[in-house]
Parts: sequence; structure tokens; C-alpha cells
Amino acid sequence: MQSPSKNTTSIWQTLFGHPVRAFGVVSLLLLISLAIAPAKNHFSEWRHYQKQYLSLIRTRGDAITLQRHFHEGIQQIWLPQFGVVDRCTTCHVGLKEASLGDVSSQPFRRHPVIPHTSEQFGCVMCHRGQGAATTVEEAHSSTLAWEQPILPVRYVQSSCGQCHRAPLTGTPQLNLGRNLLGRYGCVHCHTIKLADGGAIKPTDDPPSLSHIADKSTREWIYAWLKDPQAYAITSTMPNFKLSDPDARDISAFLISNSTPIPGDTESGTKDQKPPDPTAAASLYGESFCASCHAVQNAAGNVVGGDVGPELTRIGTKAKPEWLRAWLRNPRVYDAGTAMPHYRFTDQQVSLLTGFLGNKTDADLLANVHLDAATPEQIAHGKLLVTEYGCASCHEVSGMKKPDNFAPELTRIGSKPLTQIIFLQGMQHTLPDYVSAKIRQPRSFGSALKMPQYTLAPAQVDALTTALLSLTDRAHDLPRSLTVPEQLPSNYQPAGKAGQLMADMACFTCHAINGRGGDMAPDLTWEGSSVQRPWLQAFLKNPGTLRPALIRRMPRFNLSDSEVTELTDYIMIVYQTPVFERDSMPSGGYPPAQVEQGKQLFYSKYACQSCHIIDTKADKGYIGPTLAQVGSRLNAAWIYHWLKNPQAMRPGATEPNRNMSDEDARALTAFLTTLKGSGKLEAKK
Amino acid sequence: MSRYLRMLFVISLIFVSAGCNRRPGPASAPKPTAFGTALVESSGGKQIGATGMVLAQPVVVQVNDEQGTAVAGALVELSGPPGVSFDPPSGLTDSSGQLSANIALGGRAGRYQLTARTLTKAQKPVELKIEEIALGYQQQVGFQLDDKYCARCHNPESTAERVSNYDNLEVKPHPFTEGDTLNKMTDAELTAIIGHGGPALNKSALMPPYGYTLSKTEIEALISYIRLISDPPYHASGMVYAQK
Repeated sequence: MQSPSKNTTSIWQTLFGHPVRAFGVVSLLLLISLAIAPAKNHFSEWRHYQKQYLSLIRTRGDAITLQRHFHEGIQQIWLPQFGVVDRCTTCHVGLKEASLGDVSSQPFRRHPVIPHTSEQFGCVMCHRGQGAATTVEEAHSSTLAWEQPILPVRYVQSSCGQCHRAPLTGTPQLNLGRNLLGRYGCVHCHTIKLADGGAIKPTDDPPSLSHIADKSTREWIYAWLKDPQAYAITSTMPNFKLSDPDARDISAFLISNSTPIPGDTESGTKDQKPPDPTAAASLYGESFCASCHAVQNAAGNVVGGDVGPELTRIGTKAKPEWLRAWLRNPRVYDAGTAMPHYRFTDQQVSLLTGFLGNKTDADLLANVHLDAATPEQIAHGKLLVTEYGCASCHEVSGMKKPDNFAPELTRIGSKPLTQIIFLQGMQHTLPDYVSAKIRQPRSFGSALKMPQYTLAPAQVDALTTALLSLTDRAHDLPRSLTVPEQLPSNYQPAGKAGQLMADMACFTCHAINGRGGDMAPDLTWEGSSVQRPWLQAFLKNPGTLRPALIRRMPRFNLSDSEVTELTDYIMIVYQTPVFERDSMPSGGYPPAQVEQGKQLFYSKYACQSCHIIDTKADKGYIGPTLAQVGSRLNAAWIYHWLKNPQAMRPGATEPNRNMSDEDARALTAFLTTLKGSGKLEAKK
Repeated sequence: MSRYLRMLFVISLIFVSAGCNRRPGPASAPKPTAFGTALVESSGGKQIGATGMVLAQPVVVQVNDEQGTAVAGALVELSGPPGVSFDPPSGLTDSSGQLSANIALGGRAGRYQLTARTLTKAQKPVELKIEEIALGYQQQVGFQLDDKYCARCHNPESTAERVSNYDNLEVKPHPFTEGDTLNKMTDAELTAIIGHGGPALNKSALMPPYGYTLSKTEIEALISYIRLISDPPYHASGMVYAQK
């Protein structure tokens, strides 16, 4: 057996024993080391992909064009204003080749058509990842020095939201997510500041709990707290997973803390004859309660609007005295409610109270048995209400809304992974963390206060998308590069009419001057649009304008003086600056012109596909019925509407026909002659 | 020398153990307790979703036996092209013989063929094909435009929120899924009829022109949406390239 030292010496001697040989060996080593860099370059991943691409395009019909577009070597997009250095196009070579639409394998897939180009914005602005990297692993995954892996396509719309604050047609998921942040009241507890200095505002309007004993029983509160969705499947109230004693104590505190409102506890008028169920149901229908309130039918489908709370089991929740007072005038209990003051007669109030009171579910409270509350329970309940931050969303008398009750989410989309505690078995990425937090917040610790929301998988993804859009970049981008959101104005109509409009909650459905809902037409220029007698009659008894529409203007039982007040205000104030109201005569056009208009209506422009003039012959369902448009609309409005509907009401569905002045005038002449019959007006 | 060998052995052992992947393999599918002979789709097929996103409705498949009664406890495995994710990817059918899975489509706009698979008692596979459509950005824009401007007449189906105008029209519009007719029209023809109305192609004037309401990009988006949802599928005419 040889000794190792001897062996080493011999190797050393063979290589470097002779100076000439040593020189040769060292030169060889130098050459080899010099070859390492070119060899690494030659065998690099990106070269491999470029070669693959060249062999892919070689067999295609437009190989020469594709070859001409191809540039060998590392490609780079450098956008100093965004801090972007992207080399993605080194491997993703065919991104802009329209003819590669059939290639489904990456990295050669064509980029889908979007409104931006990679020269403008690079790649990582939308897809995240490490733009400057030149290996697949480093570019796409999170590595030691890089936290941002590629954003899954599932959440890619979040990137649009970094610059675009206003809703975009092409990003329904982002729009939904932003909507849910307000609708589910996330922002009551989590502050989300926006780059322009504002903040996302809640849109859910949770009810005040200061007078809850007027409205509901302690048993209902208990059942509701235990499982809000058992009462109403559409409820946005989350489940706090309260123990039985905790729910008992909170209900005890809320009832004891409630102060009565005069009028709420009054029992009904003397007439206690059983309400007629068909009359009540038709009153519910005529009042278009379903435009805002949903009811779950026997098949389990929720039918109706989502502006107000679901009414499937309202009789189990609301006390009849309270329901009566609410229907008489909701503004007494809640001054800011979206519910209009309907001015129902006492008889109508009784009818509806009976009808809604019958919507009960005995199972809901069957197992709820609560003993009288003890002072200790009430005190403990108060402690729980404070701890769970109930006052963040609801008004609770004697309690202040806590500030920053939950962590601020202003920059959640760029939260460093080192600050996150992941669950076992979870992927260590930000999107996974955010969506898990939304899906099952308590899985991150049973002591956490964040409640469990009832959300569909698509809603969780939408919320995750909206939150991921709140990145550092979204805040730090120059203002000139962002597209701001059109914030609702705080327009308030003046005077007595303004008070009336607030009382009837017109803004719940109609928008005026940038404030209000989109369920009904924008009324900003209503005064230029309609004729005074028609408006007066409509406010008194709203008829049907669009045959196929489910949601319609309800009848508010306005008094004559109230109608006059509103009509005056609308006719004077809501005028367009585009044209003079009286710039066109409302009649007296030559018969030839009227006849020409009729021809145009039925042949050239085929308006009958959407509008009805002759209620017997025409069938168009989409636009409003025009059988009496001559007594409804002002002639100048008709003319300008025909010329450009979208200019009169942004977003109008009627296409712009690029009508000549002559055609528009002839059609106006014809339409002004359609005065309709009085019979139709009354038919509704 | 043996010391060298031993050291080499130890070093190589360290390398081998370091190289070993300690990540656990994919969770193994549960053992079926029953077997069926047929797979049927209960719901969730032919949905129109968006690239990368979860479909609005879960896909529900049912396992039946020879008599056509539902089989509980049969193993169903779901698979699809790369990029499609299933939640769960496999599972046993419930008491009504069904398995329900939420599906997120891949990043490429187009049609996705998904496969549900179960084994008979004789270990023979039974397969069911389910098709879903993923809209990309452009088609998504087209879909929204369709919903606002076109669907009221071109979609014969009425919903609670939208009553169809289809039946009211003397000349019936073509539903956008009607590939037999629409696939024969070129992009230029569709652009003309959308932009200039029916008379542009000697068709009904009941179809109004949208060229002064929609932008060029919007009309392109609409066409790309129509092309994607057409049934039978649309194949662009012109040069067909050899595929690798």
C-alpha cells in the first residue's frame, strides 16, 4: 500500500516536474478557464429557446417574415420612468406575431390582444417576476434575492388596477373585487388609502344598533349572530363564530343598550280585520319592492334586487309595530336610509305589515331559549362588542367607532413575504396568502378576530385581485400616468324640492349631476327632455315606458303640491346647456315632412325593431314605447337625441345613426305627432 | 487508499442525500368503494369563463351503473390541458353519485377540452369530455359589448333580468353561437354589418349600424368574441401552416 503523500508527489511531479511541461499545463488551464464564459453563454437557456423558435418558424408559410422580425441575442426593454428592465422577450420571441395564434406552447405563444404594447409598459408591470433575469427559474419563481414570482393569470387584472382607478370594460374581475371591498364592508375595519389622497369607502350602510330593541327580539339577534346566512342567504354580515354564551351576552347587551324611538312601539290602528292576501301581494308588486329587496323562492333561488335587505324571513326578524312605523316613514328610524318614504295610507301600511309579517321561518328560533339577562352577562356582552369591533361597522350608542381596528391594506399588494407567516403546506406566495386570508381567516389562528365571510370562489378571487392591485407602484407612479376614478359628487338639490328628493330617496335609483344609482335613467337634463304636463302626470302615477323592464318607478302617493314642487324644480334646474328647450316647434310641421319621417322610421332606420308606435302592429321591446312620445318628450330633445344619443345621455344603448339634419328633422316632425290616446295613459 | 475510498464514499453519500427530493409526492387519490359503468355530465359544461379564472359554476359529473342509478363512492379523476386547475382534481362521488369541482381555465383564450375519468369494476376506464370556453382580454371586452348592445336581439333566451327581443323581430337575427352561418362570413363582412348595419350586406335594416357608437377596436373585440363562442368552432381561413 502506497502512502498518500508519495502518490501526491508523483502526480505533482508528472505535471509540473519539468518547467516546459508545467508551462504547458498552466497554459491549458488558462485556456480552459477562458472558455468557461463563452461556453456558458453558448449553452445558456435563452439560446436554446431561440434555436427552438427558429426551427419552429422554419416550416411555416411566413417563415421569411418571421425570420426578419427575429433578432438574435438578449433583448431588453428599458423604461426608466417605471424602473423596468425586462429581458423576457429574449425567450418569448413570438409575442407580437399574429400568425403564431395556433402555437399553444410557451415561450412562443402569441400575446393576447390588449390595449398596451410591451414597448410602452414592458412585461413585469403586469406579470410581475424578475425582468432582468435570463434564466427561466430566476425570471418566473421567487428566488433567494427576489420575492416576486410571476403573477398567476388568475389575478392578472390586478395589474391593470395599479394605474386604472376607474372601472375598465375588460377587467370585470377587478371591478367586481373593488365593488366587493365596499359592499362587504371590508373597508370599515381595514383602511385602504388611495394614491390621490382619498380612500375606498364602504357602500354597505350597516344598520344602527342603537335602537335595535324596537326592531327585533333578543332571540332573533342571538340566532343572527350565530349564523347570519341562516336568516338571509344574501346577507353580507360575516359569521364571527361566536360561542353560545358569547352570542347570549352580546344579544343581552344590545337589547339593554337600545333606546326607544317614539312611534316605533305604537300598535296598529284599530281596524284589525284580516288583511286580504291578494291585495297585499299586489301592493307589494305595484310598489316595486322587488326592485330593491330579494326574496328566496321555494326553489331556493333569490329573486329581486340587492339594494335593500333580503325579506325572505322578515317576519321572524322585525316586530310588527316596528314594521308598521318603518313603512309609514323609514326616515324616522334611519334618516339616511336608501328606502324611499312611500306615503302609504294607513290601510296600505296595514296590508304590507301583514304581508311581510307572514314571511316567517319557525325553524330559525325554534332552539333559541334565553333566560333573562344578568348584569354580568350584559357587562361581558359590552366587552365582546368592543373586542370584536362591532362599532367599526354599526352605530352602537355609547361607543365610538374604533380607528384602524384592523391592519391597513393600502399597500397589501407589495407586502414583503418576510413579514408574512404562512400556514403549513401553503405555497409561499402573496396571492395564496391573501386569498387564504379571505377564504378562511380563522385558519391563521383561532384567536384572530377577522370573521368568516360567505363568498363564492369567484368572489374570493375578485377580492384577491382588487387587493393585489394595491402595490407600491400604484402609489408611487407619477400622477400623470394614472387614470383616476370618477368619484361620485356630493351634489345636493336645494330647497324644498331637495328635501322632497331626499325623502323619496331619488338618488337610490337615479343619478343627477354625478351622484346616485344606475337603476333608473340619469335625470341631469330631464327638464330639457320632457314636457311639463307629462312629468306632472308621471310623478303622480308613473306609467310604463319600457314594456320589458322589470324594475320600474314606484308610485309614491305624492300630494298635488309636492308634485308641483318637484315638477317646477326639474323643469327649471335640470336643463342642458347644449340646446335651447324651445328651439324647435312642438308641432305644426308640414304633412309631407311628417310622412317622410314615418317612412324613415319604418324603412331606412327600422326603429320598430326596438320601439313600439302602433301597439297592435309593432313589437320592439328594447327602447321605450313611443306611442305617445309627442306628449312626453320635447321636440328639441328628440332632434338632438336622434343626432347623437350618447351626447344626451352617456352610455345610452341606442346606436348613433349619424343621421343627416334633414332626416332627424323629419323624424322629429313625425314623432311629435304621436300624442297617444288618453286610454293608454291610464292603462299603465 | 481505503481511507480515500471511504472519504469519497462519505462525500458522495452526502451529495446523494442532499440531491434527494424530500418534497412529498402529490396526495394520492382516495380508494374507490364502488364502481360504475357510465359517466354523465350533470351541470357545468359549455360555460363561458375568462382565462385563468374560476368558472362561475362548478362542473358536476355523475357516475351511474348499468341500470342508470347513481353510484356513490366511485372515484372520478379530472384532467385537462396544461394550465387548467381542478379543485379537487379527483374524489369519490357523494351520496347522490356526483362529484363537483371548481375549475380554473388556463391562460390561453379558446376552447378547453376537459376529461372526467372513472374506472369500472373490471378496471376499464370510462371517459367523459367536457368543453369550456375561456375568454381573453379582447373577447372579454367583446362579451361586455354583446351584453350591452347585441344580446337583447341576438340571444333568443330570456332571463329574469333581460327579456329577449328576438321573437319580436320579423327577420330573425343570428345567435352568435350559430357557427353554420357566421363562420361563412369573413371578418371584413362582420365588420361591415356591425359598422354599417344590415343593408351593408343586403340584409335586414332591423340591424342598425354601430359604426358611430363603437370604436374600431371595440368592433374587433366583438368579432373576436363571436369567433370564439361559435358552434361549430370557427377556423380562420387562409393559409394553414404545418404544425409541429
